Amino acid sequence: MIINHPILGPRDAQEFVYLGDANLINRPDGTTAGIEAFHDYLYNRDNPAGEHRELWYHEQGDRSWLVVTRNTVTHEITKVELARDVAKAQGRSK
Amino acid sequence: MANQWNALTALGHDTAEVVQIGPYRIAERFDVALASLAMRRGQDKAFAAAAKKAGVPLPGASTHEAGKVFGAFWATPEMWFVEADFATHEDIVAALKPAFGEAASITEQTDAWVRFDVSGEGLVAVFERLSNLDLATLPDGFASRTVMEHLGVYLIRHSATSVTLYGPRSSAQGLLHALEVTAKSVI
Repeated sequence: MIINHPILGPRDAQEFVYLGDANLINRPDGTTAGIEAFHDYLYNRDNPAGEHRELWYHEQGDRSWLVVTRNTVTHEITKVELARDVAKAQGRSK
Repeated sequence: MANQWNALTALGHDTAEVVQIGPYRIAERFDVALASLAMRRGQDKAFAAAAKKAGVPLPGASTHEAGKVFGAFWATPEMWFVEADFATHEDIVAALKPAFGEAASITEQTDAWVRFDVSGEGLVAVFERLSNLDLATLPDGFASRTVMEHLGVYLIRHSATSVTLYGPRSSAQGLLHALEVTAKSVI
């Protein structure tokens, strides 16, 4: 599998480490969001057959975190973004 | 009698090791000081100005750039590795810190890595067996982290016949072994 890194271009998937659902970026505030929201964040994952946004780490490359949109059925990758750009777009970066 | 304390090279000797295999020359280098230079958030202007004043090149992604005193290669967004002559810049952090002040985080890297300069005609045959990177199609001045023999290394292509590698110092012998075995297999 080839991941088309937004800065470095196509790189072999063996250079990357897979973390999981990209929703891990959206950690609720543990002190104000309530236990249900935090429990949901910590333990519950969607497991779609189809398009899935996931976090990959380019360990043997530029050490960046990526948000990869991948079809879990066909393994087709339709979008690759830097996780920091995704977070910034959500107004997360101070 | 004065005590003479000599630093050991990454391979454990007091002089750098050079191996010649057919046309390929693998030379250990321990005369280069290394530091990582990371821009602090929101310091873009101060950082760029400091780099310009200190003569530190800030090449774009996947690129190495030599300078008068400092050379540098890109590591990740907003972070570079800076090289300098060990004889004059043994304490490379002390040399960079006054220039960058609070605009950058600088970490000494000299003794974390082993450096090999590999040269000779037909290097592509060696590196296509060692790494994902396609040395044949990469431009001169290309620099990137990659995997060789399960080790994370930085590869810099100076030309089709000259490549620099930075690998983990604790695996110096293993990386040299991989280079030797591969070179022997293609001659």
